[in-house]
Amino acid sequence: MEPPHGDDKPHLPSPSIWPVGFAVGIACTLAGLVVSRPAAIAGAVIAIVFGALWARDAMRASRAPAVDAEAPPEALAEPAVDGEPDEVERFPRNKFLELSTLGLGGVITAVVALPVIGFAVLPAFTDQEQATVDLGPMDNFPEDKWIETTFLLSPTQGEVSRRTAFVRYNGLLDDLPSFTLISNRCVHLGCPVQASGPRNDNQKKTVKTADAEISLTPILPANFSCPCHGGAYDTEGNRIAGPPVRALDRFKYSIIEGRLHLIETYSVSEVDGEGAQAQIHAYGRQGPGEHVDGVEGWLYPLQPQDVEK
Amino acid sequence: MEPRQTQPVPPPSRRKQRLTDKVIALVMIPIDWLEERSGIVGGLKYFLFRKVPADTNWFHTLGSATLTAFLVQAGTGVILAFYYQPTPDGAYSSIRHITNDVTLGWLVRGMHKWGASVFIILLFLHMARVFLFGAYKYPRELNWLVGFSLLILGMLQGFTGYLLPWDQTAYWATVVGINLNGTGPFFGPFLAQFLRGGNEIGPSTLTIFYSMHMLLLPGAIAALIGLHLYLVVRLGVTSPPWSDEAAGAERPEEAPRGPGLVQPRARGRVAR
Repeated sequence: MEPPHGDDKPHLPSPSIWPVGFAVGIACTLAGLVVSRPAAIAGAVIAIVFGALWARDAMRASRAPAVDAEAPPEALAEPAVDGEPDEVERFPRNKFLELSTLGLGGVITAVVALPVIGFAVLPAFTDQEQATVDLGPMDNFPEDKWIETTFLLSPTQGEVSRRTAFVRYNGLLDDLPSFTLISNRCVHLGCPVQASGPRNDNQKKTVKTADAEISLTPILPANFSCPCHGGAYDTEGNRIAGPPVRALDRFKYSIIEGRLHLIETYSVSEVDGEGAQAQIHAYGRQGPGEHVDGVEGWLYPLQPQDVEK
Repeated sequence: MEPRQTQPVPPPSRRKQRLTDKVIALVMIPIDWLEERSGIVGGLKYFLFRKVPADTNWFHTLGSATLTAFLVQAGTGVILAFYYQPTPDGAYSSIRHITNDVTLGWLVRGMHKWGASVFIILLFLHMARVFLFGAYKYPRELNWLVGFSLLILGMLQGFTGYLLPWDQTAYWATVVGINLNGTGPFFGPFLAQFLRGGNEIGPSTLTIFYSMHMLLLPGAIAALIGLHLYLVVRLGVTSPPWSDEAAGAERPEEAPRGPGLVQPRARGRVAR
């Protein structure tokens, strides 16, 4: 069977306007997503219409020669199938050796490769439980005052694991101490959110805990804002401006022997109310930029920690 | 210059001629030895002295320029690895050590840093040449795809290399870059988790990026460059679109070039 050689003319579709319209439609959609909804819809319609016309053209072009060439392939295919056994006689042992070589090679490859691939991928997904972090005595957090608290998420990893939380003691709620613990990780793309307001660096305290040092700096935030792309949040962490997709993450906490302990991170869509009375719409921990609710939330049905459990 | 010419051109002096012959014979001994045992000299000639269209121009050199930029990156990168420490505590100080203390360290690091941009720019220029010349068309579609993969790998090199200085810019740019990947639908969170080496950015992020930047990606790039060049040699170089010569036309047989350095033996290869 000869491949079609010696043909000067490569198979090219005839010139067509549809791809241009398709491209314009896509561009219009993308621009519209930023600028205006109706433009985006119009662009999508243009793209779909032109795309469909383009596809119809392309299919017509490829279908036409196929009709002509329907008979020859059958005629060509037949001798190839019949001819093969005649050319080389295959013995069962020959075939067996070939198959066993391939099979054994495959088994050896799998035995070696699978653990290696597992080692490459799995450590990032296993043993990822967040350790409880001791934030020191509760007395360090006066009522209704914000304290910017830095701590080591994993003391064995050292300073690289230093994180920041904005902590406010809200007083007692039903005889239990109530805290607001907001993570400073921006839920747009993970930059460090800052307190917009005075920082009393001269009142900064460092507290030694069992395995790390934490720092406590009083702040007076009017709101929180992110230096990277201009995201802004109110003092409950609700988004008030910029690209973030939800409210700031928070930490679960517990009081153990009079000391504030930070348990784990969780994500929040929004917070109603303030302080101890705040109603927090809580979700499992999700990465920055990921919606937790609404239609866009469907884009992130599974999180690594869900699979782990 | 034809060194082993026997035609009766009046030689400057018989003695001098004999000396030249001797020197050439001496040089040829190891080359012939290598050729007889490996065929590598003939292979190299086949690779380098290919027929190309008469109207190739400077734009056709962009691919070789990109290859050169990659080789510079590979060379300087290997030397930088002599001194670089991929640990959270050591990375930034080792970069400072390379830049300020190591003899010519500033130069090699500068070459690697600026060479990275040169590599990406040349990749795009080469891509633009191929696109505008229509050189991606049949039968070269596969080579376009290989080149596209090389572009992606080159950009991944940029992404992974950017973290290694471990300063504030590097750290936060990588945080943002990883989280951008995390916003990809369905598998994004898993990709981000893999790149981070866990829930949180930390020591393993740095070593993962270092390993990818040093070993995985350059290896893949080198392998794909090999495939890319194989396809270039197999399929030949395209004429520019304004060429008068019909595509695919056979060129007239050239006159024999006269005795080369090594007489090619008959090999089971059909001249294209």
